[in-house]
Amino acid sequence: MKISETWLREWVDPDLDSAALAHRLTMLGLEVDSVAPVAPPLDSVVVGKVLDVVQHPNADRLSVCSVDVGQAESLSIVCGAPNVCAGEYYPAALIGAVLPGGLKIKRSKLRGEVSEGMLCSGVELGIAETAEGILPLGDVAAPGTPITSALNLEDRVIDIDLTPNRADCFSVLGIARDVAASERIAFTEPEVPVVMPVSDAAFPVELRPATGCARFCGRVIDGIDPQAETPMWLRERLRRSGIRAISPVVDVTNYVLLELGQPMHGYDLGKLSGGIVARRAEAGEMLVTLDGQETALDPDVLVIADANGPVSIAGIMGGENTAVDEQTTAVFLESAFFDRDVIAGRARRFGLHTDASVRFERGVDPQNQARAIERATALLLDIAGGKPGPLIDESLVDEIPVRAPVVLRRQRLADVLGVDIDAAEVRELLTGLQLEVTDIPDGWSVVAPSARFDIEIEADLIEEVVRLYGYDRIPSIPGMMPATLGSVTESAVPLERLRASLVARGYQEAITYSFVDPKLDAAFTAGTEGLALSNPISSELSVMRQSLWPGLISALKRNLSRQHNRIRLFESGVRFRLQDNEIKEENVISGVACGAALPEQWGDPSRAADLFDIKADLQGLFSLAGTAQEFKFDAALHSSLRPGRSAQISRDGVNIGWVGELHPALVKGLDLATAPILFELALKPMVAVKLAAFTPISKFPAVRRDIAAIIANEIPVHDIEQAAREAAGATCRDTVVFDIYVGKNIETGSKSVALGLILQETSRTLTETDVDEIMHAVIDRLNRDFNATIRE
Amino acid sequence: MLDVEELIGRACTEIDACRDLPGLDDIRVRFLGKKGELTTQLKQLGSLSAAERPAAGQAINQAKQTVQTALQARRDVLDGEKLAQELAAGAVDVTLAGRGQGVGGLHPVTRTQERIEGIFRAAGFSVRTGPEIEDEEHNFTALNIPENHPARAMHDTFYFSTGKLLRTHTSPVQIREMMNHGAPIRLIAPGRVYRCDSDQTHTPMFHQVEGLVVDRGVSFAHLKAVLHEFVERFFEREAELRFRPSYFPFTEPSAEVDVLSESGRWLEILGCGMVHPNVLSNVGIDPEEFTGYAFGVGVERLAMLRYGVDDLRLFFDNDLQFLQQFR
Repeated sequence: MKISETWLREWVDPDLDSAALAHRLTMLGLEVDSVAPVAPPLDSVVVGKVLDVVQHPNADRLSVCSVDVGQAESLSIVCGAPNVCAGEYYPAALIGAVLPGGLKIKRSKLRGEVSEGMLCSGVELGIAETAEGILPLGDVAAPGTPITSALNLEDRVIDIDLTPNRADCFSVLGIARDVAASERIAFTEPEVPVVMPVSDAAFPVELRPATGCARFCGRVIDGIDPQAETPMWLRERLRRSGIRAISPVVDVTNYVLLELGQPMHGYDLGKLSGGIVARRAEAGEMLVTLDGQETALDPDVLVIADANGPVSIAGIMGGENTAVDEQTTAVFLESAFFDRDVIAGRARRFGLHTDASVRFERGVDPQNQARAIERATALLLDIAGGKPGPLIDESLVDEIPVRAPVVLRRQRLADVLGVDIDAAEVRELLTGLQLEVTDIPDGWSVVAPSARFDIEIEADLIEEVVRLYGYDRIPSIPGMMPATLGSVTESAVPLERLRASLVARGYQEAITYSFVDPKLDAAFTAGTEGLALSNPISSELSVMRQSLWPGLISALKRNLSRQHNRIRLFESGVRFRLQDNEIKEENVISGVACGAALPEQWGDPSRAADLFDIKADLQGLFSLAGTAQEFKFDAALHSSLRPGRSAQISRDGVNIGWVGELHPALVKGLDLATAPILFELALKPMVAVKLAAFTPISKFPAVRRDIAAIIANEIPVHDIEQAAREAAGATCRDTVVFDIYVGKNIETGSKSVALGLILQETSRTLTETDVDEIMHAVIDRLNRDFNATIRE
Repeated sequence: MLDVEELIGRACTEIDACRDLPGLDDIRVRFLGKKGELTTQLKQLGSLSAAERPAAGQAINQAKQTVQTALQARRDVLDGEKLAQELAAGAVDVTLAGRGQGVGGLHPVTRTQERIEGIFRAAGFSVRTGPEIEDEEHNFTALNIPENHPARAMHDTFYFSTGKLLRTHTSPVQIREMMNHGAPIRLIAPGRVYRCDSDQTHTPMFHQVEGLVVDRGVSFAHLKAVLHEFVERFFEREAELRFRPSYFPFTEPSAEVDVLSESGRWLEILGCGMVHPNVLSNVGIDPEEFTGYAFGVGVERLAMLRYGVDDLRLFFDNDLQFLQQFR
């Protein structure tokens, strides 16, 4: 809500400068976003009265004006505006003035005629967005009066960011009430005189129970001057609140909305037929609103209708067909109370956020309608004349909200705030807000004014008290929290350790959006449909990720395009999958790596990272949770990974994830120069820890024996190693594969696996015979199971 | 009579001139070896008279010692030179970079979130998480935000066709915890949250840590103290806070909290308030017996203030040039 400071000060004028007033408002909960001057500095611009207009002798479009600027001699000013006319007042920039756009006014000759200044438009003064010619001021002030004082431009716009509970502060009235209460100064609302009707022109108004319109005030004013123009002071006030002046009827209703918080609407009486009824729309009814938009209505929507159908969407926007125009001489003013619940959400639904809807959906004072009509009538009569009819005031008394008394207990107030506020002060604060306060034993019974929709329970009153009392006056008291000892679980590897392990291995953590491009998502999920947002920000962020790979690949690509060529990224977060029509959120940790295995360095030759570099990183993670034997990598096909270079990872038979090189088709499709390695692991099965169980350390020497087993290429080395270990039995402490050889002296289709066995007994030194026996068993087993040829 | 002095002089000259250890050994053999000059002299003592013998013997022994000492001294020098040569030959350029894998780093949002968690954990708050896809009940209704309430517009929400939504705050975690465990309760709920908003100062996804304490006798004064301490711990400096009235449907009274920056400006850092009695009733906690406070901080917001980041969107751009500044 934007409001002129001088306007506010007409209602309540605390002894505070602008900055202090803004601070006060903020500390009241009416957060001031900005305080800005209403116009740029306008030195040497004064009110000028055009005495005489003569056609320029040498230019068709120019005229030479004699202008009274309050000096002894009138000035001769050449003007190009078609709307200049003798007798009218305009802003006149004198010689030496510098206009906001930087234009410096000098004495000059325009096509041979001397010009001693310039008549200005609103745009040239920086007080209008658009202008048609120079700005007629009307008789605002005597010629020579500085324009800043003539138009009260030494004013500031206070922009307040209102919270949704404070509907009552959507007006000068409401803000003034709060300021007065906070400053503890008297606040008397200006009297709005009742206009005496001079005609008996009326228009029938019918309210229907339980439709959402409990009160409807109206008035017919006929005989208004359709040529009348809204005076400058009123236009300026609207402008300062960000509202464009349109016509006297519209401007007056907007003015009353700003001043009293009551949205109003003016209909062209000649375009209404029959009578007004506030009712729910019928299915299929349509209305073209003032903005030209055609809206389909339904019974969920409250409308104001005449005999021919809806003429406005109640509380939101009027209809085009009954709007006031340049020919209108008779108007019907509407000032109604609509229930919050029948307005809320509708403006949003129709995309019609208006100054009216925002007020109605938060709550408009149900006792303010007649006052608004009187105020608007008086203003309109001043501007456009006309004959007012009697006030029409229809209401459904049962449906008008009644403020029930709310009890505030003194002890509760102290308990919630942590400070005991003096009873007299509590009373003073609440009374200042125009709340009716009655003392009761141990507290107060309070009735809120009709404008307040946010005082229904005790907590609401506590808030009002502390808001005015001042949050800064509440002490800081360290709470006596019971000490509880932390639980430091060892049953699962904490995410922090996983992250630290990857970071130590050169990975940079990324955080990508949880919603991704559906095309990219599909590329990584082999056709399972992702969960789509109904209202995404953009199509690139429209489905929930089923894998973290799309986000990581996008981040990878972005970094490649920014000249990084060695990239290792990881992310931990949720992936979203539909399983049996249930959304399953699963925590995973994923990564992507491309470029050299090591950062470029002098001491080691550069080599592209491959699957096994990344596998080592994963084994580093797995080692935090369990033994290497628990985690198994099996060759398996994944639609987005390269066949033959991808592995499914399982732990004790439970699948936990995948690692592999990006599928060549995707490498090409994503326009990547090299194939990155990707991994994704489900956290839950991966991080469960089997508690370490101590086994005694052997004091006896270990023996190592190496063999080379020549086996068929397709046999996984893992199987050989496992068989050897099994055959060696408990004496085998460890195995190591230290070479894989293919080539000369090895038959095509075979490979030689160099395997070392480390043997050790816990109770004695192994003899040659023991070792020979064990190795014999190993060789037998490899021979039998894998048809291996063994070289010792 | 043999000239011992001459012999010593000759030996010492040779020793001093010797440049290497084998040469020095040659000298030793020539003078002190089995057939060396001094040994020969010693052997010839027998040919001297008994009167001459002791003096001559003493002189030869002394000479032997002198030569041995000179040899040792020279050996020490040559050893030192040899070691110095070896060391010089083995010297490396220690300014060259270390070898092996580089290190990555944590995302600044993660770092910030972990620090916030650490600060509250130390005070006995438990860390709770919950689903990111929520229903209206937990995200709005239980939090005293009924349907069509204008406050719902504050939380521009992402919806799914099923009517479910992406949580707009981590408050639903608090609701679930209170429903499951009742009061007293003391927790923080960190995590991703989503709002349908994207411009220079808004990203459609961001991180929040919300806190909740519900117990007997909890007051606004306690809330002020805990947040003041938190902000000082987080920024590791003394901080001046300003609490100003605001509105959240789930707290009352509500406040926005500003911290005074080192440049003297008030910067908004978090929202808080006393848990609304309706929220407590909604989760089955008696608001007459228990009161509570709640607060919510934007993790990115705190990270921006802490590290001086000026553009929120950088956090989700994942540009290594940005990320690598944090480690």
